[in-house]
Amino acid sequence: MIEIENVSKHFVSRDRDRVAALTNVSLSIRRNEFVCLVGPSGCGKSTLLRLVGGLLPVSQGRVLIDGRPVAEPRAETGIVFQSPTLLPWACVLDNVLFPLKMMKRVTTDSSVRAKRLLKLVGLEGFEGKYPRELSGGMQMRAGICRALVHDPDLLLMDEPFAALDALTREELTLELMRLWREQPKTVLFVTHSIPESVMLADRVVVLSPRPGRVADIVPVEVPRPRRFGMEGLDEFQRPASRIRELIFGTGRSAVH
Amino acid sequence: MAAIAGLFLVWEAACQSFAVPAYLIPAPSAIWKETSALPANVAWHTLVTAKTVLLGFIVSVLVSLPLAVLLTSSPVVAAAIYPLLVLTQAIPKVALAPILVVVLGTSELPRVVVTFLVAFFPLVLSIASGLVSVPPELIELGRACRANRATELWRIRLPYAVPFIFSGLKAAIALAVVGAVVAEFVNADAGLGYLIQTSTAFFKVQLAWGALIILSIMGIVLFQIVVAIERIFFPWSPGIDKPPL
Repeated sequence: MIEIENVSKHFVSRDRDRVAALTNVSLSIRRNEFVCLVGPSGCGKSTLLRLVGGLLPVSQGRVLIDGRPVAEPRAETGIVFQSPTLLPWACVLDNVLFPLKMMKRVTTDSSVRAKRLLKLVGLEGFEGKYPRELSGGMQMRAGICRALVHDPDLLLMDEPFAALDALTREELTLELMRLWREQPKTVLFVTHSIPESVMLADRVVVLSPRPGRVADIVPVEVPRPRRFGMEGLDEFQRPASRIRELIFGTGRSAVH
Repeated sequence: MAAIAGLFLVWEAACQSFAVPAYLIPAPSAIWKETSALPANVAWHTLVTAKTVLLGFIVSVLVSLPLAVLLTSSPVVAAAIYPLLVLTQAIPKVALAPILVVVLGTSELPRVVVTFLVAFFPLVLSIASGLVSVPPELIELGRACRANRATELWRIRLPYAVPFIFSGLKAAIALAVVGAVVAEFVNADAGLGYLIQTSTAFFKVQLAWGALIILSIMGIVLFQIVVAIERIFFPWSPGIDKPPL
């Protein structure tokens, strides 16, 4: 579904230096596949996500979705940011409906759909609340509903759980896997947590430090449905230590 | 409120016990007696000033909003407009007022213009800083939802700027009272500023003090109206400078 062909991206810094963020990244993602992008901070994983989302233009190469080059944000892409980025002036329901309003696609059953999504993530009864009345985890749940409300076929997630506490994080990881099973879609998920990437992904794309290149693509064969407690499985450990090796080198993976 | 009442009590007691001459600082009771002697007259002056204040304030809002949008729309436009804005602030308004009367005539117009010139600058600045302080992630969200610049302004930037706009409105309404009185000092045949000038000229000091107190009350009431509008219509706004009143 997504073809990333020899993509490079550089930024021009304030002192007019060219800073390369990504060089010659090629990657192909199948429909309804769950792919995680892992790498040390500053390796350009968020940049790659934004290139796929059409929020940034590529410097070289091309990104194709369903055969069409991405030039601007697609209507069928949903994005979840690192912080919930809810509008403080709108209630939860209006926040979830926001993409539909912006794209003038509100129909009579829009709010029914939004409410069903909110119920799915356990936010039933919070439709009329304002973001500041919600906990961080609840805000992130609302943010995920917002990304799903227009029924996208591609979901881009930029370290969505990074700012949450460990318990909420596990909870949301499970919920995300359940949502994905019930409403399959292609997911590109950026994280800097190796266990999180192995828990979620069909394949983990490991990026090397700046400028980011694809170090390797690690398939994960942990059986689904997955749950916490599976970290001890061999199918979990093997890709996890492989990813660790790719990021830190072989020396570090032996340390426990 | 209790503090203000206490202030008046101490003031009254001090004037009585030290026998302060009325032309220096009149006692509150004397001020009240003199000011309430001609209620219709004082009310008329109050209404005239209130009208100038409100007109100047409304013009400030109507000018400041589009001006702030323009200022934040592009660096080129900002570079062109900003020096002019600073120039309007560098001119002493008290000095400008008589010149404006010559240019614009002895009508209400120069008073409204002076009020506007005194009040609008902080409003423009706070609206502009509200418009540019939208977190980049919200702007990205707008772009991901395929918003054009107009929708982005209307759906994201302006609502985000509401607390900033209100902080500017609070400064502007307080300054509008100042502006109106300055204008009335220079050119008016009615209004509380005019009343202060004429009554001091005739040594009716109590009446001048009465007008001064009415002006202060007007300032407080108008300020509180702005605060109330923010609380009622924008309850989500944190009220970044909520007063303890």
